Amino acid sequence: MQIDRRLLIHFDWTLLGIVLAIASIGILNLYSATAKTEMAGTPLYLKQIFWVLMGLAVMVTIAFIEYRFYSDFAYIVYTAALFLLIVVLGYGMITSGAQRWVKIGSLSFQPSEFVKISLILALAKFFRRPPQPKGYLLKQLLLPLLLLFVPMGLILKQPDLGTAIILLLVFFSILIFVKIRWSSLLTIGLAGAAVVPLLWGFLKEYQKKRIFTFFNPDLDPLGAGYHLIQSKIAVGSGGILGKGFMKGTQCKLGFLPEQQTDFIFSALGEQWGMVGSLFVVGLYLALILWGLRIAVQAKDRFGAIVAFGVAAMLFWHVFINIGMVLGMMPVVGIPLPLLSYGGSFIISTLIGVGLLLNVSMRRYLF
Amino acid sequence: MMELNSQRMEDFKGRYKYLVAFVGLAFFLIFIRLWSLQVFKGSELRRLSENNCIRLRENPADRGMLLDRKGRILAHNRPSFEVYLVPEDLKTNPEVVIKIAEMLHVTQDEIGEKIKAQKRRAPFKPVKIKSDIDWNELALLESYRVHLPGLIVDVRPRRAYDYGDLASHLIGYLGEIDENELKQSRETPYRMGALIGKYGVEYEWENDLRGVDGGRQIEVDALGREIRPLGIVEPFPGSNLFLTIDLDLQKTAEEAYQGKNGALVAMDPKTGRILAMVSKPSFEPDIFARNILPEEWKALLENPHHPLQNKGIQGQYPAGSVFKIITAIAGLESGLITPNTALTCTGTFPYGNRDFRCWKDRGHGSISLHRAIVESCDIYFYQVGLKVGPDLIARYANEFGLGRVTGISLPHEKSGIVPSSSWKKKRFGVPWYSGETLSYSVGQGYLNTTPLQLLMLISGVANGGWLYEPQVVEKVENIYGKTLKEYSPVELGRANVSEKTLQIVQEALRGAVNDPHGTGGTCALKDVKVAGKTGTAQVVRLPENFKKGDMNRMPLKFRDHAWFVAYAPFEDPKIAIAVLVEHGGFGATAAAPIAKKVIEKYLNLEPSPSLKMEEKQIEVDYAD
Repeated sequence: MQIDRRLLIHFDWTLLGIVLAIASIGILNLYSATAKTEMAGTPLYLKQIFWVLMGLAVMVTIAFIEYRFYSDFAYIVYTAALFLLIVVLGYGMITSGAQRWVKIGSLSFQPSEFVKISLILALAKFFRRPPQPKGYLLKQLLLPLLLLFVPMGLILKQPDLGTAIILLLVFFSILIFVKIRWSSLLTIGLAGAAVVPLLWGFLKEYQKKRIFTFFNPDLDPLGAGYHLIQSKIAVGSGGILGKGFMKGTQCKLGFLPEQQTDFIFSALGEQWGMVGSLFVVGLYLALILWGLRIAVQAKDRFGAIVAFGVAAMLFWHVFINIGMVLGMMPVVGIPLPLLSYGGSFIISTLIGVGLLLNVSMRRYLF
Repeated sequence: MMELNSQRMEDFKGRYKYLVAFVGLAFFLIFIRLWSLQVFKGSELRRLSENNCIRLRENPADRGMLLDRKGRILAHNRPSFEVYLVPEDLKTNPEVVIKIAEMLHVTQDEIGEKIKAQKRRAPFKPVKIKSDIDWNELALLESYRVHLPGLIVDVRPRRAYDYGDLASHLIGYLGEIDENELKQSRETPYRMGALIGKYGVEYEWENDLRGVDGGRQIEVDALGREIRPLGIVEPFPGSNLFLTIDLDLQKTAEEAYQGKNGALVAMDPKTGRILAMVSKPSFEPDIFARNILPEEWKALLENPHHPLQNKGIQGQYPAGSVFKIITAIAGLESGLITPNTALTCTGTFPYGNRDFRCWKDRGHGSISLHRAIVESCDIYFYQVGLKVGPDLIARYANEFGLGRVTGISLPHEKSGIVPSSSWKKKRFGVPWYSGETLSYSVGQGYLNTTPLQLLMLISGVANGGWLYEPQVVEKVENIYGKTLKEYSPVELGRANVSEKTLQIVQEALRGAVNDPHGTGGTCALKDVKVAGKTGTAQVVRLPENFKKGDMNRMPLKFRDHAWFVAYAPFEDPKIAIAVLVEHGGFGATAAAPIAKKVIEKYLNLEPSPSLKMEEKQIEVDYAD
């Protein structure tokens, strides 16, 4: 494939810089958070380096393919991701009580991660055609709602509440972005509110418990509330300057469960304190605002919606994860982009960044 | 199409600032929260994180020893091996419980209950399963230790009392600290589950005995595994107490009771130091040191003879004829009688519509004060009592410390009751009846005294009216033998009684033991002159036709208490003693022989046979 020279000129080095900075901090942080935990096999930070490198390769590939191609294949990608989800439900192996992984050869990955990207692509394709001046009507939203609910239902069945919530939030973010009639939004909102008690029944016992204990962590300080309390202690004990690199007692001594995945931010806060936390939070803010800028500067609606969808996905991940670590939100199991350990999630995040780069460097091309 | 597309792109551009504002707000919330956690609550959460990973393993101090006045050990500490289990480790190795239950001879359910009982336990905090295991069990556990993950065997100092129940009421006992005590001890922090003195000297000298607990700060991980020690504070043992009691004398006194119940207190009349203190029945302080079983506790509480009470200071009894000392002093001091005042005893004394009787049915005839005390004539003292009235009697009783606590440093001392006309008016709202004066003058009625109070009385009489604070501890020494506190004798004051009066009474008390018809002849010694007074405290009012010999046929709980108070040697008193035998009948038969054994022992005399002759015995046996 011939690569247009203008693409290299307009390559978004700022975005790449921010992403590489976060990913590097992520690897360093993972190194310190898991250094003392005895685990068989390759150390986690090395695996993470591998995933980041692989993700960067995928990202560059994604970035240089003309995104009209994604537009053409959006529904096919979506269907493929859905198929993988069904495979997971059928043959998925069970890890930590949830069927989320599919194994191909020696690699196992979570299809639900790719569903997020494929939903963004599918929605972008659908909303590519502009609405009436007052926005989309409810009946025009039947297909997008179907696009959301099928994978969301399957993911809830796994059960993976976190990813399902992300799908829902990304979906509504895109609806607002592409301009939906307020009356339609209200209708969907009310219908959704009516469904919540129904969904409550779908939740597993441990998920309900997590939500209860969010409102009162002392209810069960050694059980479900343990994560929340220990995580707040870890972050808070960092103070302004932190305890220092590799000196976090909370994570080093194993008081933080899932410290390498969902609670990685508490390891950061403990070691680097307010200063380090704000630096990383600032990088995320820059990443998201940059993504929004790419969205509004995109040359067409598909590109804009894809870029916005990715920015929204990153935003919700960051906001909910940090909010959860800081005890502002229930523990719902949403990882932190580029900081949390997890191959599929790194790859899907970097695919998203690849799409951002893609849209960004083609903003001047017609 | 493209045209239309770019046109509608303007919508997105217009939305940009709202989106930025929304994202900005969300991040601002994160910023606020970070500020609140890391800056505002930072130091508190830092402390919590340290609590998380720093455990304190206590190392309790050895409690100070209790020694007798000659330095012989009464209470000390020995190592006790305690078995703990870490419940978290058992989850992965449930078979450990089965093995340990077998080795320690307990059931698995018992272990399960102990673990469940610890509700608010920090994770990985060990739970005590059994304390003070024996050597066989210890050897078994140690040899299988590698197969028993979660097992911890800890060695702790454990209180040991080498002489069983000897002086148990004086020594007292320990118990686990309760919530009130935890709250009260602010400057001296106790940990939960610490043993604290609950009774006796162990209680009163708690602050000297306990020492300073040490401990190790260790860093642990979330699994409670020790990572490294952070700091060690060595415990400092408590101070040793030298008690005023004499081990040999105490043993003699305890043995003299031979299954009888009651109390004995002996002291040095010139210093107030307690030489022996017995209360029967007694208890084994050891059962408290190992955490008393509920059945044992119940048995002690429900025992009708109150083994947990130190009857020497907590038991309140009518003084009986011992009180005639006070009546005599009141009469002499008020000038209403003189030593030569002769009054007649015919065996019965009609007063009001009732006949008051003397213990001697035939009566004593016309007798003087000396003989009245020596032979303990009731009717003589009825008449003296009527002359002086209850309020003068009360005044002289108070002079010798009756009716109020002596101030001995032991818990729960009782004050007794010294009635007077104003007391009765206040208490019952009715005036004093002169008939009541009759029983009052011979130590019955409302009057209540503790054995220690009567000891104060006899000791005051012995040393010319001086009252000393009764002391049980001579000095406090730290482990290096340095004296930290020394308790010198404390004069409480002198009873306002003339020398002459005291001499008359002293002579009479000597006579009561040594004169031919003295009621206390059972305490007479060959080489040393003893002075003393017998007494009988009525438990129930006896019917008028009651025969003296009927007492032995009464149910035990209705039988009279026997008193004997004494001091010796008469010329230079070295020991004063008060003996009470509950439901013992007559002072001369039940109480005086006990006093005799103790005095003999203290003065290093050869045990002497009873001096009194057979025909006299019948008479004095029933003497009041």
